[in-house]
Amino acid sequence: MAVKPVLSFTEKGIYCPAGDFYIDPWRPVPRALVTHGHLDHARPGHGAYLATHAALPVIRHRLGAITADGIGYAEPRQIGAAQVSFHPAGHVPGSAQIRVAVGGEVWVVSGDYKLATDGLSEPFESVKCHTFITECTFGLPVFHWPTQAQTAADMAAWWGRNAANGRVSVMGAYGLGKAQRIMAMLADHGLQGPIYTHGAVEPITQILRAQGYSLPPTTKVAGPVPTNALVIAPPSALGSAWAAKLGPHAEAFASGWMALRGVRRRRNLGTRFVISDHADWDGLNSAIRATGATRIFATHGYTTQFRRWLEAQGYDAGIVATEWQGEAAEGEPEANPE
Amino acid sequence: MNRFAQLFNALDATTKTGAKTEALAQYFRDAPKPDRVWTIALLSGRRPKRAANSTELRAWAAEAAGLPDWLVDESYPIVGDLAETIALILPPTQTRSNLSLTGWIDTLIALTGQSIEARRAGVLAAWNSLATEERFLFNKLITGGFRMGVSGGLMTRALAQATGVDQSQLAHRLMGNWDPATTDFDDLISDADQTTSTRPYPFALASGVEDVAELGPVTDWLAEWKWDGIRGQLINRPGAFALWSRGEELITDRFPEFDVLARALPQGCVLDGEVVVWGDSAPAPFALLQKRITRKTVPKKLLADAPARFLAYDLLELSGRDLREAPLATRRQALDTMIAALPAGLPIAASPVVVAPDWVGLAGLRASARDKMAEGLMLKRLSAPYHTGRKRGDWYKWKLDPYTVDAVMIYAQSGHGRRATLFTDFTFAVWDGPDLVPFTKAYSGLTDAEFRQITDWVKKNTIERFGPVRSVPAELVFEIAFEGIAQSPRHKSGIALRFPRMLRWRRDKPVAEIGTLDELRALL
Ligand SMILES: [Zn+2]
Ligand SMILES: [Zn+2]
Repeated sequence: MAVKPVLSFTEKGIYCPAGDFYIDPWRPVPRALVTHGHLDHARPGHGAYLATHAALPVIRHRLGAITADGIGYAEPRQIGAAQVSFHPAGHVPGSAQIRVAVGGEVWVVSGDYKLATDGLSEPFESVKCHTFITECTFGLPVFHWPTQAQTAADMAAWWGRNAANGRVSVMGAYGLGKAQRIMAMLADHGLQGPIYTHGAVEPITQILRAQGYSLPPTTKVAGPVPTNALVIAPPSALGSAWAAKLGPHAEAFASGWMALRGVRRRRNLGTRFVISDHADWDGLNSAIRATGATRIFATHGYTTQFRRWLEAQGYDAGIVATEWQGEAAEGEPEANPE
Repeated sequence: MNRFAQLFNALDATTKTGAKTEALAQYFRDAPKPDRVWTIALLSGRRPKRAANSTELRAWAAEAAGLPDWLVDESYPIVGDLAETIALILPPTQTRSNLSLTGWIDTLIALTGQSIEARRAGVLAAWNSLATEERFLFNKLITGGFRMGVSGGLMTRALAQATGVDQSQLAHRLMGNWDPATTDFDDLISDADQTTSTRPYPFALASGVEDVAELGPVTDWLAEWKWDGIRGQLINRPGAFALWSRGEELITDRFPEFDVLARALPQGCVLDGEVVVWGDSAPAPFALLQKRITRKTVPKKLLADAPARFLAYDLLELSGRDLREAPLATRRQALDTMIAALPAGLPIAASPVVVAPDWVGLAGLRASARDKMAEGLMLKRLSAPYHTGRKRGDWYKWKLDPYTVDAVMIYAQSGHGRRATLFTDFTFAVWDGPDLVPFTKAYSGLTDAEFRQITDWVKKNTIERFGPVRSVPAELVFEIAFEGIAQSPRHKSGIALRFPRMLRWRRDKPVAEIGTLDELRALL
């Protein structure tokens, strides 16, 4: 008799029959294990949530009143016939990979991850498994990230130049993770002035600071800001009426997609910084190798190409469809998953 | 290459014309002089001889990166540019070269014509000593298509700022056949033996007119037929007789019947006009002219069947004197006088002036343009000088319907039934800022012979296959006619055309001069 797989792929998301729970489901389910607080992973409407203690405050902030339970990294938890544990994914503060073991068979769901340490998120830890479900947002060999030190130096230079020219620096970055990573790395490199935040960035920053993550002081924009300020705002605020009120300013956008000139020019966003909280091509490949898994499922991103690549490397490879892929054309960078 | 990369980044980082001009002017002040010459050449569509074709480049890059060919092929459409794809997949380098732009171009020129092994080794060595961004530029030197969002006008403006030489004089000096490998920067921008050379003047260009009622009194304007031929500039200077197409191509040899004009026309004159194949009393259909321009040497029979004629619009130089600043009324009178003095039977005429007492009358005449084998009317302000390039306000084309736009083919697909062996279904693109954006498909309007010729070309130039569709280099330009245009959020271009078809293959038109998305949006 064939053994039931540890995880199966349903229209609500990744499901564990042995424990009767879902991982990062996109339709309401009774019990959801959530890798991190980005909205394509932590959706509203589930009966009960389980996430790391470090991820929960932001998830609660974003989803409102939810029934949720916290878990420590590497803390084993029995759910039905499944043994579950969460392990650092290095993606954003509190983010986790989820390990599910059923009768000696181990599967790991990566969630979103990156291998490089960013000085803020709990560093990625490789988890041995038989089957690895990996994201592949940047699963093409054209993506190679510069080092964080290099990017921090470039950003600081840009900020300093703007300040010298009497222009406020406005950085577009996702509100959870990227925004705080940038402030932390600039604080580490040397600040060129005060940091201000958009109303969508400040609350999350305060929550993470209160949790004990080391972040420089920030002030929510509420009127004019000094010209040597760095304002961190969600990408949608770039070029908006809100940004215009800041007076003379220079805009920049920080994202892995900025590695592609075509994306840069289509979006017509001033200065660009290539910085991502996802693994690049080499990162994906070394993470997969390190798991020791022989079976790999690709999800989130260039799944078709990445699966073919994995098969050519000798893996038993498949694809996990996600709702996000169903909505947006596959491989459409504009969709910009968090 | 570093200074050139800096320039490229500065141009790439902004869409503001002022900032681009400033960056370019600075470069023209401080970059090594040979690099300045090459940069001018690259920005005006010239490039060194190809040291490798794109198939070779892709194969070498895949090998160097340790990737299967298919994965490079899959990455290319996502990046959207082969030169960039290759730059991105190659492993990072340890060593960094200090070679200048010209140094790299010389390296490439030295590689052309060598064995595949030698060229491969040369290109791999270059990739190994360049940073990702410089690699991209190096690859662009090979694959071509260096636009950087810089128009000819912007470049000459920047050059004028940097050198203090008048912009329209510069535009003139940069025309024609000069070899960046042997041209000195100071010679290029200074006025070396201009009148004895065959160098053409920059063509004045017209814009579309919306409402002629806004143009003021009809008597301020000269109206003439807008012929469906090849815009050309005929130069007859001492020891130099030349015919240039608007695409800056020297086409003297393709029209041997004009040779008699070298003796008949006065020395030191330059004419702007239209080359057409002449029927009995009107131009013959464009297809006949098409036959003429595709042949580098013309067989006697074709010469007899499809005789060409130069219909002169304007006189730009007389007795070696540049007339372009004189008003059109003066130039036209001088043209008529000059042509009237010529012996009969020559393949040249002044393009007739179309006269009506008012705009309504002129509109009536315009409606008969098809009978005259014309596309409509040209309206030129009688008091205006001969401008460099397109300056709105003095020259208008008042075309008959349908709407038309020049566009470049980027995908080709084979047809159905009788045409299953031919590539007949094409996807076309226009410029959207520095990018080409696909905006329509069309599959009719050309002859089978033309489709056969294009099919051969597509087979030889396929970049990539997506099932039945092939992507091709953006090189073949077509005039697309259509009956209407509507907004369409479903399309990437945001517009959809009604009844698009190919009016003709524009072999005379460079890709840099095809239509723009803004032009199309203006029709909405
Ligand atoms: Zn995600
Ligand atoms: Zn995420």
